[in-house]
Amino acid sequence: MSAPTTGARPALRHRLAERGVDRTLLLLAPGVVFLVLLFCYPFLYGLQLSFQPKDGGGPLADYRRFFEDAYLRGTIWTTLKLAVPAALINCLAAVPVAFRTRRPFRGRRLLTTLLVMPITLGTVLTAEGLLGYLGPNGWLNKSLHALGLVDQPLQLVHNYWGVLASLLITGFPFAYLLTLSYLTGIDPSLEQAAATLGAGRLHRFRYITLPLLAPGLAITFCLSFVLAFAVFPSAQLVGDPRGATHVISIEAYQAAFQKFDYPLGSAIAMVMAAVMLAVVVLVLAWRSLLYRGSTGGKG
Amino acid sequence: MARFDTLRLERVSRSYGRHRALHELELEISGGEFVALLGPSGCGKSTALNCLAGLLPLTGGAILLDGTRIDQLAPERRGFGMVFQNYALFPHMSVRGNVAFGLRMARVPKTEAAERTDRALELVHLTEHAHKRPGQLSGGQQQRVAIARAVVLEPRLVLMDEPLSNLDAALRLEMRAEIKRLHRQLGLTTVYVTHDQEEALSLADRLVVLRDGRTQQIGTPEEVYGRPANRYVAGFMGYRTMLDARVVATDSSRAQLEIAGTRLTGLDRDGTRAGAVVVAAVRPEDIDVTTGPDGLAARVEVVEYHGRELAVRAVLPDGQLVHFRTRERLAPDDAVRLAAPADRVLVFTADEDRTAEPADDEPAVTAP
Repeated sequence: MSAPTTGARPALRHRLAERGVDRTLLLLAPGVVFLVLLFCYPFLYGLQLSFQPKDGGGPLADYRRFFEDAYLRGTIWTTLKLAVPAALINCLAAVPVAFRTRRPFRGRRLLTTLLVMPITLGTVLTAEGLLGYLGPNGWLNKSLHALGLVDQPLQLVHNYWGVLASLLITGFPFAYLLTLSYLTGIDPSLEQAAATLGAGRLHRFRYITLPLLAPGLAITFCLSFVLAFAVFPSAQLVGDPRGATHVISIEAYQAAFQKFDYPLGSAIAMVMAAVMLAVVVLVLAWRSLLYRGSTGGKG
Repeated sequence: MARFDTLRLERVSRSYGRHRALHELELEISGGEFVALLGPSGCGKSTALNCLAGLLPLTGGAILLDGTRIDQLAPERRGFGMVFQNYALFPHMSVRGNVAFGLRMARVPKTEAAERTDRALELVHLTEHAHKRPGQLSGGQQQRVAIARAVVLEPRLVLMDEPLSNLDAALRLEMRAEIKRLHRQLGLTTVYVTHDQEEALSLADRLVVLRDGRTQQIGTPEEVYGRPANRYVAGFMGYRTMLDARVVATDSSRAQLEIAGTRLTGLDRDGTRAGAVVVAAVRPEDIDVTTGPDGLAARVEVVEYHGRELAVRAVLPDGQLVHFRTRERLAPDDAVRLAAPADRVLVFTADEDRTAEPADDEPAVTAP
């Protein structure tokens, strides 16, 4: 007779396991260690540093300095002007490409590989390539000139457009891969059902695919945006780091490592984090209004 | 939408590379008819349905609706309703939104659309769930949404792809009756795909039995059940026992067989001759346990308790298996003698194609 007596509680181990506490939690250890050492500590260190300005004037002096100086303050806008279009273009361009490549066709694997390849290049190599290709003596300008389309070489590097191009090249593969995985998670029979109900291609996309993809697109946009907002090497190499592409990360770098004003550098980095967070929160708030449940597919 | 007179499938074929999923299906469906495509998985029945819906292009043949070719039309221009195996309900829309979707696409005026949606929801008894999302519904309710969504447009043809296969047994019976009721009530021409012969027999006016993409038999449930065209169809229609035999003698429609050294008489379905190697097909419920000296000697191997009856598997001296039902309390290793009325034993030629053994295709058949 081992019928459970009323009131007897199951063993502690079972009660913990019911709440998801068991030894498999140890699998999280590397991630937690990583997070604490490489994120929490540097972040908190930087945060407290940003409140100890080198020249005194109260804990918020460096923040005040940043926002009172139009040139410094302007870096936020400069960076947003690069990051938002770059993230938007990457997401929008990823949708049709992912839409078509989710179904098999001859050469799909080759195409997907080529599309993802830029991930392996790194920003410096991309920048060098862009200088060679888009520069005044690059192939593009030479071809355009030979075709008689332009008289003067187009100025495509060492300005805004060079950096944007670089952000698109390095950012697209991420946006594409993410979008592809969200799209393949949508059950294809939903679109087929819509078709049998009289919905043409456009209506199927508008009423079925897009609403189911939108939450994924929001995440894709956030990640693309954060990647682009931290733009640094390409802003230096193919941009105009003193002018049109004087982005916020350059300002932080200069403060910390050229003027050796670590507190100011930290304060700028904190502003940078706050701006990114604000955009991400905004996008995720919009996302929370959308349908986010199952999309019926294997994803 | 107007009802049609005839839908003709002319040599409809679909190949994937060299694999022929569907081979020259010939079928004529008249308006209001309920046709079931029956066969095991991979027999081409779903391929045929998708070809009809326009979701899969044909690789040969033509589909004509009252004489007009429609096989080139995109699915959205055919005006056929389809119920998918996984229901394919739009997860981000309410039940009402799902049902109204087709009307919205057809730009039906709002008030009329609302009325028709209400009526369709009422038809499937889902009015009080109209505001819910599909994810909040049970399997049977989702199924009914899928049906309402397909029939609200009053399509010329309703296509159903194994709509009951994801439901549990009790619900399956209930929904089967529901589908039958809807068909009677709305009179919509229906093509219904299933691997369940009981479902096909109980629902359809006409059955198309497919195997490896080829039509095996087209006929009413009585014809297919009572007079299967070949041993494959017989196997699918519940003739579970298939015995290798040799013809000793034939007269007009009967064949005298020898099986494991014993004589048995059956109906000659393929025009066999003395000496021919044949297969004798018998249903479990047509085999009797006899007390006389005649009949096939067999040893009981497995006994399953089925309430009023036992389902028994016995083995003949030469190793062949016999499945039968009996009310006698038999136990494993009992020796029995088995007999079957001559008109309940179907004799088919054996050399037709050895892969025709129904066991190879694992049809989901249980004796009715």
